[in-house]
Amino acid sequence: MRQALSNWFNGKGWVKLMIGIPFVWLTLFFLLPFFIVVAMSFATNTTTQPPFSFGGEHPLLNFIGYQRLFGDGLYLRAFLTSISNASGATLFCLLLGYPMALALTRVSKGWRNILLMLVILPFWTSFLLRVYAWMGLMGKSSWFNKMITSWWNALVPVDWAVNFMPMMYSNFAVVLVMTYTYLPFMILPLYANLERLDPSLDEAAMDLGTKPFGVFRDITLPQSIPGIIAGGLLVFIPAAGEMVIPTLVGDAANPMIGRVINDEFAQARDWPMAATVAVALLVLMVGPMMIYSHYQAVAEGEDKP
Amino acid sequence: MGEDAPSFLQITNVSKRFNTFEALRGVNLSIQKGEIFSLLGGSGCGKTTLLRILAGFEAPTTGGVVLDGQDLAGIAPWDRPIHMMFQSYALFPHMTVEQNVGYGLKHENKSEAERKDRVRAMLELVQLTPFVGRKPHQISGGQRQRVALARALAREPKLLLLDEPLGALDKKLREQTQFELMNIQARTGITFIVVTHDQEEAMTLSDRIAVMDKGEIKQVGTPTEIYEFPKSKFIASFIGSITTFPARVLSPGQDETTVEAEAFGGNITARSIEGLRKGQELTLALRPEKIVIAKTKPKTANVFAGEVKDLAYFGKDSLYRIQLASGQLLAVHAVNSQRAGEAERAANWGEKVWIGFEPPSAILLTE
Repeated sequence: MRQALSNWFNGKGWVKLMIGIPFVWLTLFFLLPFFIVVAMSFATNTTTQPPFSFGGEHPLLNFIGYQRLFGDGLYLRAFLTSISNASGATLFCLLLGYPMALALTRVSKGWRNILLMLVILPFWTSFLLRVYAWMGLMGKSSWFNKMITSWWNALVPVDWAVNFMPMMYSNFAVVLVMTYTYLPFMILPLYANLERLDPSLDEAAMDLGTKPFGVFRDITLPQSIPGIIAGGLLVFIPAAGEMVIPTLVGDAANPMIGRVINDEFAQARDWPMAATVAVALLVLMVGPMMIYSHYQAVAEGEDKP
Repeated sequence: MGEDAPSFLQITNVSKRFNTFEALRGVNLSIQKGEIFSLLGGSGCGKTTLLRILAGFEAPTTGGVVLDGQDLAGIAPWDRPIHMMFQSYALFPHMTVEQNVGYGLKHENKSEAERKDRVRAMLELVQLTPFVGRKPHQISGGQRQRVALARALAREPKLLLLDEPLGALDKKLREQTQFELMNIQARTGITFIVVTHDQEEAMTLSDRIAVMDKGEIKQVGTPTEIYEFPKSKFIASFIGSITTFPARVLSPGQDETTVEAEAFGGNITARSIEGLRKGQELTLALRPEKIVIAKTKPKTANVFAGEVKDLAYFGKDSLYRIQLASGQLLAVHAVNSQRAGEAERAANWGEKVWIGFEPPSAILLTE
């Protein structure tokens, strides 16, 4: 019995189990629901429970949802808003995160661990709580809003003076909170990339007559492109589908696609339409994901001597 | 040397301290134009720190460096006419061989065509023309070393610093590359400063060597001077192998001095060194290859009897460990110049033999 068990552990059975567990998991909780969503996007909305049915001669060839997707400006506008907000958040995460990641590689080991801890620390508190904190900060009567308002009033002509900054319920608020929320997802892959770079390359470039900014431009930046792409997509992909932040701080008249899916599903009870929009979002994200895995493969290939 | 005419590179009283660690202590060196000069020493001896001070990556705590009449104090690495070949080559992985070699030329006031010509000339010099379009990870270690050399030479530095230039190469490639380096140095006339921990590399490559230990320069000289005329016990045992014995001066002379060494149970005539007085305690050192081993008593000035304790046969030569009358061991190296079987060779295990050496072979060391 023990011999048989030991043989099983050393043999192919163990390997099969190790591969099998995630395989079954993904099939049950990703692939199957995904096909249900795809199927539902071709269904018809009904008032029954559940609120959809596969009617007609060709139950899976009902394109009403997709016709509405392209016909109704609401959805296209929501996609554009999502892409522009997600792009904005990605850009600001990069601008804030790159110097931070670079600084992490240049400080002493003790400081590095403390600072890395600080990057991850926000995850220890509830994400919702942090969004509510931002809502408090951006509100009309907060000290933060008053401070920004006084700066604005001091800098612009009197005619442009305002009583408060209209920060809440706008794309500005969405981009700000998304930038704050997703910043660690930019810093960590960038840090992992920059940390692997050989510092003697910087010295070699300096030795050959290049000043520090040129060293960054010629040596550090080109080598960090895989990190920029990894961090960028780790921010962009979830930001584009973000639901909670636009619902809490966003402009209700100009929603992002995640909020539209939620509204279709929960408020309008139009499950087929919600499924259609979800499928469209997924198709939209396939492109960036393929870029991501391509660069990942390139980066890994280049490491080999 | 360097007393009347100022030398090309003058390192004066350079010290470097990192917190409490003294990496360099009062280093003085004069290096001539067109020399291959080696800094030789074990790890932590300060040789790399000195190289980094020359490149401008570290500033000396005290002292200064003057290159060709220009004081280098406060001059940034990118403004120095000094280039370095890094230990791991530090080739830019995202650039081709051609872009690597041409990188330093971007900062020169030259036309595109001139730059291209220069890169081509450099690649020809190191025989890498067929590999222009390759990336560093697509070429071999030896080729990478040559790209690094071409890149450092492209801007025609006044001084080229080489940090363990052959360290990453395998033994066969090292010998070949060593001659290539000397050949390229001769053709370009650029002054080379080589940092190495490998004494063979330093001996074959250099015009002069500075042996370093614990942040200090212990001796500067040609490879022959360092090997044949070491100033101290440290130098003698650092370079090549040597056996040392305590000894006492019996009669100091102009050319030859007689010393008494207990290990030999007798007196030894050695070449004199300056400033010896009668009764002085010193070290007697003997290089294994300067001693003859024979079954019949040799006619050398110093002859002693011994017994073969150990024998290592390498083919072209053999290493013997001879036990002297006092019981101490002496290493003797002999070339197997005669074709002989095991029974016929100069000496075998446990055999009584004679060893002999002439006065110049006996090195007297007071340090």
